[in-house]
Amino acid sequence: MADPLLETRGLHRFFGGLHAVKDVSVAVPRGAIKAIIGSNGAGKTTLFNLIAGTIRPQGGEVLFAGRPITAWKPHRVAALGIARTFQTTKLFPHMTVLENVVMGRHARARSGFLAGMLSLPRTWRESRLMEAKAREILDDLGLDDLAGQPASDLPFGRQRLVEFARALAMEPQLLLLDEPAAGLNIYETQELSRLILRIRDRGITCLIVEHNMPLVMTISDEVAVLDQGQKVAEGPPRTIQRDPEVIRIYLGDDHA
Amino acid sequence: MILLRRYAVVLVGAVAVVLLQVVLSAWGATYYMTQITMSAYYSLVVIGLCLLMGYAGQVSLGHAGFFAIGGYTSAVLTTFNLIAFRGVPWVDGCRSLGLLVARQDLYGANLLTVSPLLAFLAAILLTSLLAFLIGLPILRLKGHYLAMATLGFGLIVYRLALGTAVLGQADGISNVPPLRIFEGLEVTGRQPFRVQNYYIAWAAVMAAMILGINLVHSRAGRALRSIHQNEEAAHSLGVNTYRYKLSTFVLSAAFAAVGGALLTHYNGSIGPSEITVMKSVRYLAICAVGGMANLGGALLMGILLNFLSLRGVFGTYDDAVFGGILIAVMLLSPQGLLRMPDWREARSFLCRRSHG
Repeated sequence: MADPLLETRGLHRFFGGLHAVKDVSVAVPRGAIKAIIGSNGAGKTTLFNLIAGTIRPQGGEVLFAGRPITAWKPHRVAALGIARTFQTTKLFPHMTVLENVVMGRHARARSGFLAGMLSLPRTWRESRLMEAKAREILDDLGLDDLAGQPASDLPFGRQRLVEFARALAMEPQLLLLDEPAAGLNIYETQELSRLILRIRDRGITCLIVEHNMPLVMTISDEVAVLDQGQKVAEGPPRTIQRDPEVIRIYLGDDHA
Repeated sequence: MILLRRYAVVLVGAVAVVLLQVVLSAWGATYYMTQITMSAYYSLVVIGLCLLMGYAGQVSLGHAGFFAIGGYTSAVLTTFNLIAFRGVPWVDGCRSLGLLVARQDLYGANLLTVSPLLAFLAAILLTSLLAFLIGLPILRLKGHYLAMATLGFGLIVYRLALGTAVLGQADGISNVPPLRIFEGLEVTGRQPFRVQNYYIAWAAVMAAMILGINLVHSRAGRALRSIHQNEEAAHSLGVNTYRYKLSTFVLSAAFAAVGGALLTHYNGSIGPSEITVMKSVRYLAICAVGGMANLGGALLMGILLNFLSLRGVFGTYDDAVFGGILIAVMLLSPQGLLRMPDWREARSFLCRRSHG
């Protein structure tokens, strides 16, 4: 933990009178899979949005590779090498699968507005490179046969995978996954866990918000537990499973 | 092949333009060309608006304002008499550089004004600058709020033109000189230049179309579509959404300014009727009926509807017709302004490329 890739220090966020995230400090070790669990409304997604820049914290800081990125806009966070997926899949519905993944290369390319309008030769070269990389990623995830389909035509599970592919196209250092297993069946979830492990093995650090306990406990290297905006436990999955506080929260939740 | 498909609209359009000219000349009906030329200039606004609304997904009800700022800037600069400043060293300096030109008005009085070419460039630059300054705050707004803010902008421009003496108030500005590009080629409504001006206008339109088509198929164009389809996702992928919206807003305003300035030189005048809210609604209606994210459709409808309107086909119901068109489009496409039937085009663009 000497050199975490991502670190939050004492993050705070209110929504009106609700203290959604309360003094949350978590560290994500480089190359690890870290999971954040907690019941509905525990502040998990808010914490994600604070890291990704979608909303601004009212206190505390976010550090990426030791560098403060607190309240940076999402596009700047993305350019640093932080990719994310969304709780409800957010593809570009009227683009093809390939175009969606090509969008993942956006931050890695340069040609701008004027170059595009004048269709300069280098924009052509760049487009070809973006497309080649996107195809490579689709091949890798076994989605190559869907390349030409409009994203909105795909079944839900495939859409999730395409969103994954799009995030991977960014070649991120850190991947933020917001409930990646939500809505997936048990086979799709297994496929997903293998995929996440494979991504981690390629050196991409993963931070996951997830409800699915079997998934979290199998793949995570570390787990942090949030309850009512606060971190109540943190450690390796085995310790967390035996933590009386965590058991109380989860049993309470299950029996509600 | 891809290029051929991409620019098909331009190629077909160019052939149609030439054929139309030949037919009209043979038929002895060249007077139709006057309204076609004017329609072409109005279509420049529609092309820009199509990029802004259809691709970037940002509504504007103020584009008549930008059209007018372009037109009025060129009109004021080329009619405001600087003869009193003759003898002032920098004025004479500008004159010897060709930035200022002397001519006589209808009654033989001597005029010294900014050269039309310089005024034209100034019109585009000023309009772009104003679009940037206005876009800076209002493009933070979304949907209805943005529509209302742009509407407010259009109303302000209208009232300023009506209330400002140098802008001619209700009379507008007349006696705007021709815009001479070089000897023998000038933007003017004078009869001997009719065919020439038909082609000048179409050259401007086709240039705008090519720039627009290039943009749509570029990295920036893809980013614009991504903003339209899911802004949060676009932002998370590194698209500087605000900057892209602002750039498109300024670009569409610049297109409107080119149309406004050229039409002003063509007509020799501009008046406040160009800035009414109904003009902005008209541009929006044409865009909508053209299919929003469809530059070719926008151009076709821009020419057709403006031509019919200028020929007086709609009579006194002119504005009502455009209002009606807008209502009909909104009713028939439930997603209204956000409708974006361009996935087929996008799909064929990428698929055909890979398969052939």
